[in-house]
This record gives sequence, structure tokens and C-alpha cells, in this order.
Amino acid sequence: MAARSFSSPAALVSAAVAGVIFGIGLSVAQMTHPEKIWNFLDLAAIPSGGWDPSLAFVMGGGLIVAFFGLRLNRWLGWQQPVVGPSFIVTSRTKVDAPLVIGSAVFGIGWGLSGFCPGPAIADLGLVPQDVWLFVVAMFIGSWVAGQFIDAPARSVTPTPEATASAR
Amino acid sequence: MDHFTPLSALAGGILIGLASSILWLVNGRIAGISNIAGGIYPIRRGDELWRFVFLIALPVGAWLGYWVGPAVFAEVPRELPHITLTPLWLVGTGLLVGIGTRVGRGCTSGHGICGLARLSLRSLVAVVTFMVAAMIVVFITRHVV
Repeated sequence: MAARSFSSPAALVSAAVAGVIFGIGLSVAQMTHPEKIWNFLDLAAIPSGGWDPSLAFVMGGGLIVAFFGLRLNRWLGWQQPVVGPSFIVTSRTKVDAPLVIGSAVFGIGWGLSGFCPGPAIADLGLVPQDVWLFVVAMFIGSWVAGQFIDAPARSVTPTPEATASAR
Repeated sequence: MDHFTPLSALAGGILIGLASSILWLVNGRIAGISNIAGGIYPIRRGDELWRFVFLIALPVGAWLGYWVGPAVFAEVPRELPHITLTPLWLVGTGLLVGIGTRVGRGCTSGHGICGLARLSLRSLVAVVTFMVAAMIVVFITRHVV
């Protein structure tokens, strides 16, 4: 049996293509600008007409495409992805305290900085001198938190296609 | 609303959805940036290289978008992001975002795009939580303090 890998040459090419398209999307939509994020989050600006709903359009556009893209494999009855070994998705379904607490902490950091992980890393290609500290701190924060919540198991474990289908 | 840019926002979102679909259908992985980044260490053989490649491709794409955006959409200015945060602020908020996305297992892409697209209840709760938290923070920093 030919050994498939998430890091086979073909998978790396695909990851590169996906990463570049993702980055172009963030940049074209100006999600790379913290000001643009703040102008969306600032609901108090609605009465004065200063609110910027752009971020909702970004999420909407992404959701519509991903809604179909993330189901296409099931519709087509694929047992495996095109080059990867299996479809990997979390098996967690329960809403728990870490989900809510972590998301709230993330939201506070997002509101204070105007940066979520994607745009922060994307900005390394535009204003690296301004964002590298944020990105380094983000990696450290993630690693330290991972020491507490993930040991010894990890958040994402390879699951058979059955799990992916079950969502 | 002179800074509202619906066309480029929708186009950018479609590209993000397309990228997420490619990573899922071709590689079998969810395009959640915080998870892709958080999974780099500790090294797990076979599961790390694609993460590095994706994360390096992301800023390359952003740089390309800097040129493509204004060329295609009149509403997009050719402007570099203007970062006004102090170093201490960058470190503090970076830690919050890193810790929060790890504990909450996802960010705006993993929960916000992929999770919602999969109709995950967990992701819906996460998105509402971080949106409301961020909106409260921005209300305070812009209108109270």
C-alpha cells in the first residue's frame, strides 16, 4: 500500500496553494488591517453611520464556499482526500467550559489588538517589524496553554473517515 | 460608512473559503490557523511540514494580495497595515490570543469559517463568545476609556 502522508510532496504543494490563496483573501479583504477589525467590532458606531460591516461579508463569503467545500467529499463518497491519508476533524461535540472561557480570552485579545491568528501571521509578509512580537507571544501562549490542556493527549487525533462523516 | 468595502470583503471571503475547501478536500485538514500554528510543536513526524508550508505561504499570499487587491478593486487602498500598538501591548495581547485560541480550540478561521460551515454547535458558541467579548472590549477602549 502506497504510504500517504500529510506532508508528502503533493500535500505540501496543496498546502502552499491553500496558504497563498488564504493570504490573498485576507489581504484583499483588508483583514490584515487592525483598524478594519475594530471598525467592525465597534457597534456603537452604527447610529452615526461609522460602522464597517465588511468583516461580516468576509465571513459570509467564506462560509458559503466552505459550506459546500467541506461537504463535497461526502457528496462524492470519497473515502480519502485527494492526496492526504484521511480526513481529520475534531471528535468533540460538547460545549464545555474551556471552549467558552478560551474563546472569551481570545475575544479580549482580539478586541485589544485587532489581530486574530490568521491576519497576524499574514502581516509578517507586510509589516514584519510591527507584528513579530505579537506572533511570537501568540505561539508562546498557545504552547504554554497546550502544556496544561493537552497533556498527554492532543486536541486533534487521527480519526477514520467514519468520524469525519459523523461530524 | 465611507470605509465599507463590500465587494473586496466578499471576494476575500470567497478566497478564504476556497483555500479552506482545498486544504480539506486535497489534504484532509481543517484550515484553522490557530490549530495549524499550535500543532507545530511538539514535532510529530509527518504532521509538521505541511503546517510550516501553509504558515509561510500565508504571508506570501498577503503580500501578493497587497498588489492584487487595489488592482482589482477601486475600493481597496494600496496601504500597508498601520500598527499603532506598543511592544508591551503586542506581547500581552499576543499571549491572550495564543492562550485563548488554544484553550477554546479555534479562532476566527477554524471556528468562524470551517466550524460554522460544518454546522458545529461548539463553533457557534465559540464565535458568539469571542465576537461578544471583542465587541465589549472595543466599546470600552473606544467609548469609555
